[in-house]
Amino acid sequence: MAQHVSYRQPPKQRGRPPVSNMMDPNQLFDDTSASQHPQPTSYTVQGIDMGLPINNFLSEPVADFAMTYGTTIASQGKDMVHKELNRFVSVNKLKYFFTVDTRYVTKKLALLLFPYTHQNWELGYRVDSRLTPREDFHANAPDLYIPTMAFITYILLAGVALGIQQRFSPEVLGMCASTALVWIIIEVLALVLALYLISVHTDLTTFDLIAYSGYKYVGMIITILAGLLFGRDGYYVALAWTSCAIMFFLVRSLRMKVLSSTSDGVSSHSSRNQLRMYVTLAVAAFQPLIIYWLTVHLIRILK
Amino acid sequence: MAFTLYSLLQAALLCVNAVAVLHEERFLNKIGWGTDQSIGGFGEEPGIKSQLVNLIRSVRMVMRLPLIVLNSITIVLLLLFG
Repeated sequence: MAQHVSYRQPPKQRGRPPVSNMMDPNQLFDDTSASQHPQPTSYTVQGIDMGLPINNFLSEPVADFAMTYGTTIASQGKDMVHKELNRFVSVNKLKYFFTVDTRYVTKKLALLLFPYTHQNWELGYRVDSRLTPREDFHANAPDLYIPTMAFITYILLAGVALGIQQRFSPEVLGMCASTALVWIIIEVLALVLALYLISVHTDLTTFDLIAYSGYKYVGMIITILAGLLFGRDGYYVALAWTSCAIMFFLVRSLRMKVLSSTSDGVSSHSSRNQLRMYVTLAVAAFQPLIIYWLTVHLIRILK
Repeated sequence: MAFTLYSLLQAALLCVNAVAVLHEERFLNKIGWGTDQSIGGFGEEPGIKSQLVNLIRSVRMVMRLPLIVLNSITIVLLLLFG
């Protein structure tokens, strides 16, 4: 009983640290780590039967030294991993894509399924650096949270769909996941190559393209759900709806970046713009094909 | 069409090999894609063809040594594991 009471108290005592958000402009998340110190002491008395022996064990100096050594090694390992990781992937740039909040996510999901009434498609800027998704009022900034979650949900939903049709086995889940991942990689590589070849000078980074190419998984989830709930007709209706929505969304989003980017030569204006229009339309036309390809095998048996 | 990451790696390796075996003198110059023939002016934006020619030349130059290594590793692995 006493252990229960003592375990429950620290969460109530945990309050916000008296530090405002504006202290560090590079800080993207609220720092709540300072307030978690009261908690670790409660873990040593959590187990009712193991309380006393653990206390004796931890009070020995050898164990104390071992714990200090362990934490030193752990922090050194962590620093090394961070340094190696920063050589390949810019972690700050990646963090930018995950600073989302609930308002942004709901607005973006509504935008992905019904983009026809949205007026302002421009990305916001704050003195030449892009606004984070959390700060962007119109929810135009691309993020990687929704594509990641949608991808994982799609894999789980594929497992559910196959299980309903008695076609499930654990290998199928892995195959489905790697197939979808490979298609994402192919699409992003093709897009990067196309944008390089027609020499488009935008600030669209590879992560932006990954984000835009991952947004169709939201449509795929809706399509699979409609197929499971309403049969083949529901599947085709949802496929048509989400294809049109994602095509419209992509064309409007990419138009801001790809089509209207500044070019020096005015003489070859028409051919330049024509090529860019072709690339945008090709990207848009590819989406329904890939949505169909990645979802049709899941509802094959349904009536 | 069930892809695995391994098949993607194989396809990428084959594609880069295909770009690397395009011979400068015997082939690319014959079809007008040689690098000495398409050095354009500096004012205009480079067109698709000159971007492609530059891409092919840079891929051939950069990937020559890593391709030797990757191909050897792949050959050994395929011999051992089929």
